[in-house]
Amino acid sequence: MAADERLRRTMMFVPGNNPGLIKDAGIFGVDSIMFDLEDAVNMNEKDSARYLVYEALQTFDYGNAELVVRINGLDTPFYENDIKAMVKAGIDVIRLPKTESADMVHELENLVEAAEKEFGREVGSTHLMAAIESAMGVVNAYEIASASDRMIGIALSAEDYTTDMKTHRYPDGRELSYARNAILHAARAAKIAAFDTVFTNLDDEEGFIRETEYIHQLGFDGKSLINPRQIAPVNKVYQPTQKEIVNAQNVMAAIEEAKRKGSGVIAMNGQMVDRPVVLRAERVMMLAKANNLIDAEGNYIEE
Amino acid sequence: MKNNVNREIPDSILKDYNYEGFKTTDFGNKEIQRVAPKVTAQVGPSKVVESIKKVVSETVKDGMTISFHHHFREGDFVFNMVMREIIDAGYKDLTLAPSSLTNVMNDIVVEAIEKETVTNITSSGMRGSLGDAVSHGALKNPVIFRSHGGRARAIEEGKVKIDVAFLGVPNADEMGNANGMYGETAFGSLGYALIDAQYANKVVLVTDNLMPYPNTPASIKQTQVDYVVKVDKVGNPDKIGSGATRFTKDPKELKIAKMVNDVIVHSPYFKQDFSFQTGSGGAALAVTRFLRQSMLDHGITASFALGGITKPTVDLLNEGLVKRIMDVQDFDKGAASSMKDDANQQEIDASWYADAANKGAMVDKLDVSILSALEMDTKFNVNVMSGSDGVIRGAIGGHQDAATSKLTIISAPLVRGRIATIVPDVTTVITPGDSIDVVVTEAGIAINPKRKDLIDALSKVPGLPIFTIEELQKKAEALVGEAKPLEFTDRVVALAEYRDGSLIDVIKEVKD
Repeated sequence: MAADERLRRTMMFVPGNNPGLIKDAGIFGVDSIMFDLEDAVNMNEKDSARYLVYEALQTFDYGNAELVVRINGLDTPFYENDIKAMVKAGIDVIRLPKTESADMVHELENLVEAAEKEFGREVGSTHLMAAIESAMGVVNAYEIASASDRMIGIALSAEDYTTDMKTHRYPDGRELSYARNAILHAARAAKIAAFDTVFTNLDDEEGFIRETEYIHQLGFDGKSLINPRQIAPVNKVYQPTQKEIVNAQNVMAAIEEAKRKGSGVIAMNGQMVDRPVVLRAERVMMLAKANNLIDAEGNYIEE
Repeated sequence: MKNNVNREIPDSILKDYNYEGFKTTDFGNKEIQRVAPKVTAQVGPSKVVESIKKVVSETVKDGMTISFHHHFREGDFVFNMVMREIIDAGYKDLTLAPSSLTNVMNDIVVEAIEKETVTNITSSGMRGSLGDAVSHGALKNPVIFRSHGGRARAIEEGKVKIDVAFLGVPNADEMGNANGMYGETAFGSLGYALIDAQYANKVVLVTDNLMPYPNTPASIKQTQVDYVVKVDKVGNPDKIGSGATRFTKDPKELKIAKMVNDVIVHSPYFKQDFSFQTGSGGAALAVTRFLRQSMLDHGITASFALGGITKPTVDLLNEGLVKRIMDVQDFDKGAASSMKDDANQQEIDASWYADAANKGAMVDKLDVSILSALEMDTKFNVNVMSGSDGVIRGAIGGHQDAATSKLTIISAPLVRGRIATIVPDVTTVITPGDSIDVVVTEAGIAINPKRKDLIDALSKVPGLPIFTIEELQKKAEALVGEAKPLEFTDRVVALAEYRDGSLIDVIKEVKD
């Protein structure tokens, strides 16, 4: 699996036909920028949006953000050109919409590989992710998640999914309970990232935070976003507490100590430290750093 | 000669208009001889005259200097009413010396220039069709731009000698006691007009709201006033100040505002009883909101907020986070209407606010100011006057004055559309880089290298992206490319004074 340990708390949609936002997308400190060539773009702008995103990827410095593009689905005439242009542009991740089966991922993978060869990109360097937007997709979530070594994550896309389920979105999100858990389990079993769906009511900040706290509790890596204003609240929810940070620092110190002694066993307060504890500590430190709660040396910053 | 911000000032300009080139932001302890107006004694019983036409014919003569204030902003009727009578009466060669010129005044000033009614202008700024006309050489003599503090100084020193001041007021009694706080067209502080009332030889109040005598509180007093004219309406209340202030939802403005707040909070000046001045733009209002939260979080209150005031600042006063508002003008209805209800919102005149040639102005005690920029260069010089096409489209306002604060922050986007804000050299220097400490853009901040203390303090702030000003300029250029140089003729169409009265730059006629 291609899942490296990077933070993916926030994945922001950037309409592929919006030059202003494309230019500024890198300044908000988002973990992943997702240029959208699909639903945000009208039929008569598909080609120009593809050019625009291609040129932007050649021109702008997006810093450390992971660059994702949502291409048009394989049942559209734009699918293959989207893949070619984005692979040529050196995009980090291609997001396939409306994914229902492993076969769809395989087909995408073949085209990506061909494009990588055609444009002299390293084979395997383009990662993939899948959006799951139907009952079929949810049922097949694990086969999708594990369909390719290129897969870095799967995302729930709730608008289409709830329509498929003959319901709609409710403020409490109970209609998404099964899908969220199924997708999360599939992602964890395949050791890739799980992204929650967008929250569209920008005026309901309280509701947005409530939903983010909920998916954080479930274990999602992060959330898809529709506006830069949503970034800070998500990061705040994912921010570790001072206690968690101090504990993680102790674990890191114990690892250092074990290394120095040449010991294979990490011990803290006389107890052996398990691998899951180490992994959690590493993640807490990464989150703490991303939230500017620790300095370069890993010391907690007192405000 | 080249002045100290490296601007080439033609020797003929220095000689003909009796100027020295800009040298330093330090005004020093100069001795200044002020002037006093000529007073025509009278005892009343009433100064009310029936028409503007009559008062114009009694007071104005060819070659005189006439003045107005801009407190009615885009809702002003008085300027147009008076200028109409003046143009139609066929006056020639007047000097127009308003505190500033708003867009509703543009067309009639252009007409007055064309008919040679007006041949000289001094103002804080100008925009639109008037800025365009002046930049294309419409006016015979160069416009002189002064800051609000600079205008007060020039009037006090007699550099600007106002013969007749036409001052619109939302209320007045028959003898000329007036304020800006009551009436349908109330705008709050009369700050800029108070200087005219004090120094003009003839003071004409224009009001639509005659009050029983004596009208109090009186900001302008009957001792200063020669005539009171009653008209139907002095202004459109809906256009005088914006309505309810809405906080920006623009994520870029919010990001800039948050960084500005980070800079303030981590500076040595964010402590109990600090003082600040913010502007009226979207980002400035958002700063006020972030600053409020930081003040609550740190248990810090401010001794005063200064300058042009908005409702969010008044809210801080009401919350007890700011102890005094020192108010020279009000930008919205909330700020305008609260002055009459709260003695802690003190009306101040332009001299008290910002004049360098003073026994101490409010800006001298100012800790933090947040200002804007059309352009800023790698020497930290700021242009708030000429646009990317070289055409005049701005105003100095209190920019040069407030920039003398201990921590002056320029808040501006790195680029606007395809135009870079941070450039190698600004088109027009208005505020010298020596008085600017930090610039905040969405891409990060730059600190004036002279402020080693701030570099030290702000480098410790986690997640605050600090660049050199050259790096920011390169970032802007990488986004939008290098602009083709603007083309100007050799003819000087405007002079920009620094607040001390020296010449900081000249603006030339644009070549189309």
